[in-house]
Parts: sequence; C-alpha cells; structure tokens
Amino acid sequence: MITRRDFMQFGSVAALTAGMASGFAGNLTRALAQQKLTQDDLLKFDSKGQVTLLHFTDVHAQLKPVYFRPPDTNIGVGAYEGIPPHLVGEAFLKYFGIEPGTPTAYAHTMVDYVNLARTYGKLGGLDRTATLVKAIRAERGEDKVLFLDGGDTWQGSYTSLKTNGQDMVDCMKLLKPDAMVGHWEFTFGADRVLEIVENMGYSFLASNIFDNEWDEPVFESTAFFEKGGVKVAVIGQAMPYTPIANPNWMFPNWSFGIRPEALQANVDKAREEGAEVVVLLSHDGFDVDQKLATVVNGIDVILTGHTHDSIPRAIEINNTILLSSGSHGKYLGRVDLEVKDGKVVGYSSNMIPVFADVITPDPEMAAKIDEVRAPYEEECNRVIGKTEQLLYRRGNFNGTWDDVICQGLIEERDAEISLSPGFRWGTTLLPGQDITIDDLYTQTSMNYPSVYRLEFTGAQLKDILEDVCDNLFNKDPFYQQGGDMVRVGGMAYACAPKEEIGNRISDMTLLSTGEPIDPGRSYVVAGWASVNENVEGPPVYDLMENFISKKGTIEMPANETVKIKGY
Amino acid sequence: MNINRRQALTLSAGAALFAVTGMSAGSARADAAAVDKAMMEITGGATPEEGKLTLNAPEIAENGNTVPIGVSVDSAMEGDDIVESITIFAEGNPEPSVITFNFTPMSGEATASTRMRLAKTQNVVALAKMKDGKTYMAKSEVKVTIGGCGG
Repeated sequence: MITRRDFMQFGSVAALTAGMASGFAGNLTRALAQQKLTQDDLLKFDSKGQVTLLHFTDVHAQLKPVYFRPPDTNIGVGAYEGIPPHLVGEAFLKYFGIEPGTPTAYAHTMVDYVNLARTYGKLGGLDRTATLVKAIRAERGEDKVLFLDGGDTWQGSYTSLKTNGQDMVDCMKLLKPDAMVGHWEFTFGADRVLEIVENMGYSFLASNIFDNEWDEPVFESTAFFEKGGVKVAVIGQAMPYTPIANPNWMFPNWSFGIRPEALQANVDKAREEGAEVVVLLSHDGFDVDQKLATVVNGIDVILTGHTHDSIPRAIEINNTILLSSGSHGKYLGRVDLEVKDGKVVGYSSNMIPVFADVITPDPEMAAKIDEVRAPYEEECNRVIGKTEQLLYRRGNFNGTWDDVICQGLIEERDAEISLSPGFRWGTTLLPGQDITIDDLYTQTSMNYPSVYRLEFTGAQLKDILEDVCDNLFNKDPFYQQGGDMVRVGGMAYACAPKEEIGNRISDMTLLSTGEPIDPGRSYVVAGWASVNENVEGPPVYDLMENFISKKGTIEMPANETVKIKGY
Repeated sequence: MNINRRQALTLSAGAALFAVTGMSAGSARADAAAVDKAMMEITGGATPEEGKLTLNAPEIAENGNTVPIGVSVDSAMEGDDIVESITIFAEGNPEPSVITFNFTPMSGEATASTRMRLAKTQNVVALAKMKDGKTYMAKSEVKVTIGGCGG
C-alpha cells in the first residue's frame, strides 16, 4: 500500500503536489480539502533499506495543533545566498517543484497563507505526531526505526513554564525517543536539566558541552543502536551559542561552542567502534550544519534544527545527507537508509506535514496531553483580546506579533524605543481569532522574562543593532547564532545584510519626532529577555496581558520601518 | 520623559545589560602591525609557514574575560623534530605578546592551553618555533559580542 507508486522517490512531496494538489488551487471548502487529503497519503513513502530515521525538532512545547506562518524574509549571505534555507514564498515553491495552493505549499511557505490556513487548518499536535510515529514503526518494524528529538522541546508554552518542562517530558516519553539534544532546555537551569536527563530513559547527547573547570564532556556524545542489522551511531550537538544567546548564569559551569575537532574525534571514534552509519542529531542551525558537513568527514546524515527551517526533502552536501524538519510540531522528517558493506548506498527522504484535521489523534497521547494540561486548561483558554490582523513572528526583521509586543513595551513602560529579541519560536493567529493566554505564552514563555527600562545612547543602540545583525548575516555561518534580527519599536533603520559589521545599520530615525538618532543623546529603551542576571522589571507576559486586555482588539498599521539595502 | 517615576526601575542592574564597553564594531585592528613586528623578532624576519600548528579558539567567546585558547604542534619531539616554543599573540591586546610556552624533548608533546582576556573582537595568532629554526603560524578570529538577542 505504501510503496506502490514508483514516482514517489521523494515521498509524499511528489504525491501531494502531483497527485491531489491540482484540485486544491481554488477556494475549495475545508471539508472537501480534507476529504481529498488522507492520513494514508501523508504516510506514503518510498521505503528503503534497513534503517528509518524519524526527526522531530523545535516543537517549543506545542502539545496542540498550531498555525505557524513560514517567513517572508530569510536572507542568506555569501555562499549561502539563494539556496535553502534562504528561499521563501514563490522561490521556495519553484526550487522544490511545489504547486502553489497545495497542502505542501501551505505547509512550507507563506504564499496565500490566510486563505490556505482556513482551507487546510492547523498543523502539529503531539497526538497526531504519535499516530504517524506509531504507524511508521508498525510498517517498518520497531527494529528498523530511530525516533530522534532535535531539542527545543521543553520550552515555549504556558504549561511548560508552569511545570518546569515536565508536561513535555511526560508526553515525549510516550513517543519513546531514542535520543535528544538541547538548547532552550538549558534555560530551566543546569540542575533541572540533569534531573530530567537522569530520569527520562533515553540519551541526552552533546558532543560540544564541556565542563568549564576540567574541560571534560558533561553529557555523553554518542549513542549506538542496532537497527535492521546495521550499527548506527547517533552523535548529538547542542546549540553552540547557548551561553551567549541565553543566560549563561543558568548553567555557569558549562561551555559550548561548535567544536568541529571534538565532533571529528567522536565521528572517528564511532567508526572505530564499528558504526556503519553515523548520524548527527544537531541543534546547530541549517547554515552552521551546511558548513560543518564540509569540514567534518564521515557523517552520513545530519538532522538539523534550531533555525526552524523546513525543506520538503533532504539535500546532499559533501556526501552528507542533510534534513531540516521545521518547528512547532508542524512536520515529521523521515530518512530511510540502505546500507551495504558498512556504507550508505541509497536513501529516500520526506518531510511529512502533520495536518491536524487529517490525522487521527493517538488516544494514548491525547489522554496524556489532556492530563498534563488539566490543571491549567481554564487559564490557558482565558481570552484576553482579539486580533483583526494576522499575527505571526517569524521573519528576519519583524513579525506582526513582535510589532504588538514592541508597542506594548513602549506604552506600558513609557519608553521611546523598544527592543524585542529575534526569537524564531511563537505561533500564528488568523484575523478574527481570539487571543488566549495560551497564545500569549507561545510568544513569551521563558524563565528570564523581565522587561527592563534603561537609557541607551544612540551610539550604543547602533552597536547593539550591528552586533545582533552580525549574528544573523556574518558570511561565515560558524559566527551565526541562529536567531533573527532584534525587533525594534519606535525607531526606523536601514540594514544592508551584505556589508560587514559596523556598516550594516544606517538611517536610524526616532519615529516619534522623525529626527535622526543622535549618537550622543540618551534614549529611554524598554526590552525583555536580557541574558544578564538580576534584571528588574515586570514579566513580559504580564505586561503584554495588560496591554492586550486594554486594547481589546489588536489592529496595527503595517510595519515599514526597516529598509533593506543592497539585497 | 520622566525616567524616575517607575519604582521597578534600577539603572544599576541595567548598566550591564548590554555590556557596551565602547566596542567599536569593525574597527581597524591597530595592533596587527605590532603583532607582525613581534613575530618577526622570533622568526628573524622569515615568514612563518602554515600547517603543523593547530590553534583552538572559540569562534565567539562565551566570556571575553576568560577565553580558552589551546595550541599544539604535530611533532615527534625528538631528533630534529622538536618544538622549542609557542607564542600566542592577541591583536587587540595592549602588548601584542600574551604568553610563550617553552618545550624540551622531555615535554613529550607540544601541547598547551590557557585562558586570556579579550576586550573586543580580534585575531588571536599563534607562532611555533622549531629547533631547526622553522616557524609555523596559525590565526583565528575570536568574536566578542554584546550578545543576548539570539535564539
């Protein structure tokens, strides 16, 4: 049933596009759309070889199905310009041969987003993912399947904040992952991470975390598995810049970094110990891993996360297969490997979009989700306002959710300028939807939420913008930290991504006066998620609840304050 | 703009928020020439070769006050293949030479590590001098960020 179509070399991408999509172009009703798309269609795959890798990453604690609008701006620089993941919208569709208006187009791009969201509904939900994982394990045999969690799993919701990530730990356990890696996990603090890791029953891997004092590995780097008669090594990479992008006082004794030498040593060691397949389960980010594939030898597959990029099928770099499986539970990535004489000789890959209305929820997981949410369900569903516009976060320079937050910071803290971090997590609301506590916390759930109010000089503001911008647009991916540009309220600026640090930011203008930012003058700035210790101010989720409640209905003018130059 | 009216506000906490220490992004590395000059004194004017010497430095410092730097030379440490010294330079340091490790055949291997303070983004350079007079160089840019907005 599953392998019958020869043309589905690339799994359901081809099937969704060619097979059923053509009828979807117009404004078909949701019911009709869902009739045409079935769970079996989503599971169709060109099964191959002895080993199946399932990749699930960056769910950011979203137990329930979500809307998540893919970015309209994702600029690549240097050698990474114009290639995945730096393709959005029509360019993405064209590159991967996807018909506009199809379920696959909706899953991966923002083209006609609202219309298609209303047609095809939400994606994700851990109970839907559970159904897919169980079906694939049943089809392939458990002895052939590795289910790998790419991290950013425990943080990002109201319930994950209130339970210290326990809701996610309990639910993920039912999926029986074989290994995981981390990033935002560490913002629960070193002790909490170790407590969970000791009890969770599967490996927490990090080739790149070392004790500050003795320079010894903190976690195991590699886990070995026997799958389909093949010895598979899975090596883990935590987010290399966690102590810089997040508060290092929460895990003061741990040092991270990309550490390609340590990784090469672990790959070589895995081979020496008989690994026929070496998989890197990574939270490095797409571009970092594209480069890593060219400087570390002997990795067969990189399953990458962190930058929240989805691609409909794997790409190959330097004999390494690379798959990036999106975020927020929207997708389940799959790679089948054919191994002969200790070498990968063939593979097929696919990104399964988890269409929530099409997939039957797994009863066991659905019950567990209800159970962990039960104490908080009423609060989660409390309506604090309504939006008349599409609210989303993802994008290099701004998102409408951040426009709201930046305005909230300015009004609630009486500031001239506001800064909101360029996180890539946070879900989407369609025009006309209520805003609930659940929705607010998808944007703000974190353990260092204080909203500061400070004075910065114009020169300092320029330095901050240049610094963050270089984390995003440094031509060497090893210097990229994986977030987007800091969002700015109350101030316009121009950005030239292709320039070097110090020369990217220009034309800074205070919106309230229309005057250019004066390098010597002080400006009152409000912002949140500072990585420094003992930051004072109200938590951003409380401040924003006040702001949204007061407004009642959210409708912001389009944000045209960032001009992109030379791109 | 009334700055003091909110009680929650303490500027002291915030002063360190973004550790903006007059970092001039992309400023010219005034001391690159000084490092060159100091190196030439060791090499006797010869241009050092690439290779053999490995310099391990983070791409981005987690803490500019204590940046781990490791050096090692692929050497048998016997016969003519003996490393005499490895010197580490920092282009942004007031004094270009930061530390020199001296080795003898008794050292067994030419490997050393240290931690150094880097106030701003700069190149760290290592220079190894062999017993036979050959010299090897390795260079790595270490970025020191204001940080705090990624993820």
